[in-house]
Amino acid sequence: MKSHEILEFIHIAFGALWLNKLRSALTALGIIIGVAAVIVMAAIGNGATLQMQKQIAMLGTNVINVMAGSMRIGGHQLGSGGAVPLSEKDMRILREGVPGIAAMSGQLKGSVTAVYGAANWSTQVNGVHADYFDVRPWALTAGRYFNAEEVARGAKLAILGSSVQAQLFEAGASPVGDIVRVNNIPFEVIGTLSTRGQSMGNDPDDVIIVPLSTARSRLVGRGFATVPDTVGQLSIRVADGYDMTEMQSSITTLLRKQRRIKAGEEDNFSVRNFAELVQARNEQQQTLSYLLATTAAMSLVVGGIGIMNIMLVSVTERTREIGLRMAVGARGIDVMAQFLTEAILLCLAGGLLGLLLGVAITIAISTLAGWTVSIGIGTVAMAILASASVGIIFGFVPARRAARLNPIDALRYE
Amino acid sequence: MSAPPLISARNLVKTYTLGEQQVQALREVSFEVLPGEFLAIMGPSGSGKSTLMNLIGALDTPTSGALAIDGAEISSLSSDQLAELRNRTVGFVFQQFNLLRRTSALDNVKLPLLYSRRRPPDANAAARASLELVGLGDRMDHQAAQLSGGQQQRVAIARALVNNPRLILADEPTGALDTQTSAEIMALFARLNAAGLTIILVTHEPDVAAHARRLLRMRDGRIIEDRAQ
Repeated sequence: MKSHEILEFIHIAFGALWLNKLRSALTALGIIIGVAAVIVMAAIGNGATLQMQKQIAMLGTNVINVMAGSMRIGGHQLGSGGAVPLSEKDMRILREGVPGIAAMSGQLKGSVTAVYGAANWSTQVNGVHADYFDVRPWALTAGRYFNAEEVARGAKLAILGSSVQAQLFEAGASPVGDIVRVNNIPFEVIGTLSTRGQSMGNDPDDVIIVPLSTARSRLVGRGFATVPDTVGQLSIRVADGYDMTEMQSSITTLLRKQRRIKAGEEDNFSVRNFAELVQARNEQQQTLSYLLATTAAMSLVVGGIGIMNIMLVSVTERTREIGLRMAVGARGIDVMAQFLTEAILLCLAGGLLGLLLGVAITIAISTLAGWTVSIGIGTVAMAILASASVGIIFGFVPARRAARLNPIDALRYE
Repeated sequence: MSAPPLISARNLVKTYTLGEQQVQALREVSFEVLPGEFLAIMGPSGSGKSTLMNLIGALDTPTSGALAIDGAEISSLSSDQLAELRNRTVGFVFQQFNLLRRTSALDNVKLPLLYSRRRPPDANAAARASLELVGLGDRMDHQAAQLSGGQQQRVAIARALVNNPRLILADEPTGALDTQTSAEIMALFARLNAAGLTIILVTHEPDVAAHARRLLRMRDGRIIEDRAQ
């Protein structure tokens, strides 16, 4: 088929659709709704995936967390942290006994009040080792991290999360070098952190990071009299080439021995890979969004059946026209191309309008409900491709029926 | 030494099956049409003249017998080749005009060019020239539905002419027109024939048939009279 023919067919098809504006619009509505539904579902699904990737990036795919867990005493379950906390000694033993630890830091958390000038803010403090930023990379916007020597001597240094910075300092001011009073103890601000953004309702930026020893001796307290060197929970970054599952099991084995847990007894600590947990939870979400997308695709199929129905009516109505076209030299394939073009044009128009509607609904959802959504070029291409395919698939039967008409019968059709 | 026949029919038989019944629409019809003839086919309804018309127009193929149109044996052609033959060799004119009603006269006339394998470089110019030939140069942009019956039939004739066919095939071309307009249309056919175009028309009106120079009378699927007039 030559290009001038294709253009003519598009022109003719447009004319035929325009003659029955209302019918064309109603038929396209099925496609519009179907494509819009697919777009919205894909946007929500993609958004969930992005959210998951963001969380995993934040947690680290190669990070293992160790927490002192609940302890069972005579059938009585003590709350989290009821067991003997992890200590600097545990860290030394792990470092010596488990190969493959690239970096390790404690995290001793507590609630504090920070004051700068007239501003004060209730926030979280996180006492960490110098390796913390190696375990969980977190870029600075200004200043520097603290080093191992500063952690060892309990220096009163603070690195501010962006939310804390925003609460205590004016926008544009540089806090580095200023003194912030945390629980009335003066800390020198040595750095400010980049924004990680809200996730699962938590604000990871609402935090002040200080050397662990300083947090332990001045802010959070000892907590457990028998363990003066508590380090809270442990975050361990596994070196490249080491298997996460094996690492988790060797850490567990070593800690059980260290904590004198007999065979058959439950662990009083937990060794977890958070990224895996997030992934597992999001796989469930993913399944749900696939289900929704399937439902949306179903409505596209229903729209396609509408197209097929109306094209069959159109072929019957225009039987004489088809006969005439055949009499003046149209081949079967010419007639087929004409009706297929019409169906595809109708579906593409519906697809484009559906795309606009879908984008509008997606923007509304993300604005009103605050969900993370994402419409990629792939989604757009898929919408257009899907609507064109619906046109071809559901336009085929009517077009073939038109092409197979006998010219004599078609010319005499009343 | 005469030119080879444009149409050559030998023992044409066409049989339809209507339910259980076999209908013999044509029984052993033989005739020839030379280039430049103006032929009228007459006969009562059911005489087989429409069936013969469909065969000559390559809209249908015979049950048996040989039919060559412009040298091509039509029972050996595929449906695509038949379409090309209709497009290139035959121009149809129908009783009910068969125009696309919501389409302009010009676009109606261009229709055969859309399917033509030897499309002229300027389809609009060819269609305009064709409309001027039938005296409708001033109505090109009117929709077919806005034209009178006589004007619509002129558009249909312009459409039949646009691809420079060797043969015009007119099926009751004046059946839907008044006497005055019929006379104008027949004068147009006579003029086209005088210019060398072969014209075959099917009619049951003796007045119309009188314009032709040869008359073929049919009854019960057979030619019962074939004479010059």
